[in-house]
Amino acid sequence: MTRNPIVFLLAQRLSLGLLLLLAASALIFMGTEILPGDVAQSILGQSATPQALANLRNELGLNEPALARYFDWLGGILRGDLGTALTNGQDIWTAMSGRLANTLFLASCAAIIAVPLAIILGVIAVRYRGQWPDKLISGITLTSVSIPEFMLGYIAMFVLTVQFRIFPSVSTIYDSMSLGEKLHAVAIPVLVLVLVVLGHMMRMTRAAILNVMQSAYIETAELKGLRPITVIARHAFPNAIAPVVNVVMLNMAYLIVGVVVVEVVFVFPGMGQYLVDHVTKRDVPVVQACGLVFAAVYIGLNMVADIVSILSNPRLRHPK
Amino acid sequence: MRGIPVSALIGLAFVALYAFGAIFAGFIAPYGMAEVVGDVWEPASSAHLLGTDSIGRDLLSRIIFGGQTTIFVATAATILSFTVGSIMGLTAAVAGGWVDQFLSRFVDLIMSIPALIFALVVLSVMPVTLPVLIVVMGLLDATRVFRLSRAVAVDITVMDYVEAARLRGEGNRWIIFHEILPNALSPLVAEMGLRFIFMVLFISTLSFLGLGVQPPLADWGGIVKENKDGIVYGIPAALIPAFAIATLAISVNLVADWVLSRTASLKGGRDG
Repeated sequence: MTRNPIVFLLAQRLSLGLLLLLAASALIFMGTEILPGDVAQSILGQSATPQALANLRNELGLNEPALARYFDWLGGILRGDLGTALTNGQDIWTAMSGRLANTLFLASCAAIIAVPLAIILGVIAVRYRGQWPDKLISGITLTSVSIPEFMLGYIAMFVLTVQFRIFPSVSTIYDSMSLGEKLHAVAIPVLVLVLVVLGHMMRMTRAAILNVMQSAYIETAELKGLRPITVIARHAFPNAIAPVVNVVMLNMAYLIVGVVVVEVVFVFPGMGQYLVDHVTKRDVPVVQACGLVFAAVYIGLNMVADIVSILSNPRLRHPK
Repeated sequence: MRGIPVSALIGLAFVALYAFGAIFAGFIAPYGMAEVVGDVWEPASSAHLLGTDSIGRDLLSRIIFGGQTTIFVATAATILSFTVGSIMGLTAAVAGGWVDQFLSRFVDLIMSIPALIFALVVLSVMPVTLPVLIVVMGLLDATRVFRLSRAVAVDITVMDYVEAARLRGEGNRWIIFHEILPNALSPLVAEMGLRFIFMVLFISTLSFLGLGVQPPLADWGGIVKENKDGIVYGIPAALIPAFAIATLAISVNLVADWVLSRTASLKGGRDG
């Protein structure tokens, strides 16, 4: 039987990703369960009455062994039931789904702008390697990497909403808003997220292309008298796709984390705000559910990066 | 010390300034950390060089004491992450086999969850105190140090002198501390700068989210949080600690870049 190596590789990656997700769910569960002390105690604080502690333990099912509770939790998730929030008894999925959509909207707006921009800037930096455009881009990159997300957020807010009053300082969005209104509301958070990931992405794109530029066939192309930009775009870039896609996906994963902070800055009704609120309220089921969703997206993006780099390799795509 | 580049000198000067400020905060701060000395959000004046904060405390004093907390927590967490991460990484590289497999896969697993998210999950059930923060941040970050030190050490373990030490009958412990560590030190030191910055950003982010250093103790992220409502009224108090974080981060980056290029030339790099 001649089996296609690419199908085999893809199946392998997919199953690895699922396995990792399963392990991550166990880790998240352990993170909140197997700690010194008692969850109920730390939720209610030192001054809790024994009766309140007993009630909460009962409600959380803490009297059962941890392993049983884990499989209970996991089973619920597989059936699409994320459990109910401790603080208000709401179904977590109902409360989360709208916010998840908002967050994905915000993150994809940022990605649509950041990815092409980073790749173009990376190519320009390679084209003018060592000259002023390259140095300028590197300098801006170093600065944007050193500034915390929330500071970028407040600078943008300070300049664009307070000094110039172009955009609203709080990015509330509702279902009833039109796409245009939504885009206007999220403009500043999107700008901040773009700045957050642009630096890393551009720097790594530049490194990936430079790496390919050292190959012998690039010298051949240069000696044929091709224009430098053609050499980069036609000869170097296609071979740098796998590392560049990896870079992009890594930064998309980073975007997921940046989103948490940026949402808090702009009071945006998304997943990050939801998570941080419930960490403060010590609402463990919600925190676990959010943690799992974030981990799933993160692992998923990394898996996509792996798959694209397999697909972009012609030696694997056309086996002999 | 031949020819330290200007950028590294500037970086070193700022790092020294911040270190001095952190160590002698009690002596150089004009007012007490939690002392209410004026009106709410007073503009800068000769009495209050940076103005006052959201409840009338002197902002400059808050920043100096905040720097002390932030730098202390970040340093402690960096030391912890380096101790744990590099010992594990070097052990994995030297021992190889199932020890290496086990440690590496475990680190892969932890890194499959974003550090901030995992920290939030853990902090939702832990009391938020300085030691807990340091341990959580240090252990999460140890995974990055593990990967680097393992990668560096794997290259060194195949050297002849390590082989010679093995044939002499030295144990793994001796090889790690006498053969591998001295040769792996320079890239690790450069990485330490970057990790330290990451820790500063990490603790500031946690404090900004209200899950890091708790009031009345000051720290840079917390000061941003306390003064963020002023932004909408055009009061830039919240931007000042953020500026402190950014300058510290850039200075350490400049120094780390220089250390990296120096180690590259020590290793016989082409720019030497």
